[in-house]
Amino acid sequence: MVNRQVVGAHYGLRDWLVQRVTAVIMLVYAVGIVAFLLLASDAGYAAWQQLFSCTWVKVLTTVTVAALLWHAWVGLRDIWMDYVQPVGLRLTLHVLTILWLVASFIYSIHVVWGA
Amino acid sequence: MTTRTVKFSIYRFDPEKDAKPYMKDYTVDLGPSDHKLLDALVKLKVVDDSVSFRRSCREGVCGSDAMNINGRNGLACVTNIDDLKQPIQIRPLPGLPVIRDLIVDMTQFFKQYHSIKPYVVNDTPAPDRERLQSQEDRKELDGLYECILCACCSTSCPSFWWNPDKFVGPAGLLAAYRFIADTRDTATNERLDNLEDPYRLFRCHTIMNCVDVCPKELNPTKAIGKIKDLMVKRMA
Repeated sequence: MVNRQVVGAHYGLRDWLVQRVTAVIMLVYAVGIVAFLLLASDAGYAAWQQLFSCTWVKVLTTVTVAALLWHAWVGLRDIWMDYVQPVGLRLTLHVLTILWLVASFIYSIHVVWGA
Repeated sequence: MTTRTVKFSIYRFDPEKDAKPYMKDYTVDLGPSDHKLLDALVKLKVVDDSVSFRRSCREGVCGSDAMNINGRNGLACVTNIDDLKQPIQIRPLPGLPVIRDLIVDMTQFFKQYHSIKPYVVNDTPAPDRERLQSQEDRKELDGLYECILCACCSTSCPSFWWNPDKFVGPAGLLAAYRFIADTRDTATNERLDNLEDPYRLFRCHTIMNCVDVCPKELNPTKAIGKIKDLMVKRMA
């Protein structure tokens, strides 16, 4: 294969936007959790369990975890793209990152929605 | 009249003679009219005429004498000697191949610059005299057209260090926005298409070293942000 420099993947904006939108979702969730911590500073295990037994808290938590993992995907891929030059190694790292993030998401579902 | 002396530690490398680069110390006597770093470097040539560096206009217009001065990129001709801590450490611009001493190979830098088509593209029939702009439209180009392509910004950008072959770099992206913002140019969509790439534009992580070092006090990060804004506007 001729060693041509190829660029022009015609994407990039979506990931850049996603990183910003997911950051806002995480910020909103973090503010909510901090507010709970401040308002119910003496909350024990039972109060936390009650909070996380609400379906809407579970939904919001799952959305935030998904946002966190998507955010992490864009950030980690940026690191691989910046520093890892061999294409084969970079693709391998991309695949391993995706597997790890998907596994983390499944585990988070188990934790949040499990009995 | 007292004679001022200035101490240098200069990066030396001649690929025909040296196995690897080294730093060499010099002491130079300055005359009463020597105020800028370039004045001292010119005096240094009298002490050792083998020291190589580029220079031309000696007034911050041509961008030839860009170098790394005490760890920071800048133009020797507009840098005051008295503002610098001695010994003044001079190195070539980082991230580009060194041809000799302070002279770097700027091929990659200019390749990226050419890749953004740095000229007005307009396929409509040319008017009799010239394509006019309103004063307001012309104002959009302020802070963009002044770039002298010294490469201080791109060679201080870590993203350009890691991917100089794929990332356009701050100088190229500033120039790209200069033509995107130009109302006489009709290729805005093609220009945005050309930059919509995870490497070409989106390697910029808003580190802002470019803004910090620009000797013309331009703001490539702001221009890059405006390109992204236009892409969002086009998509949404």
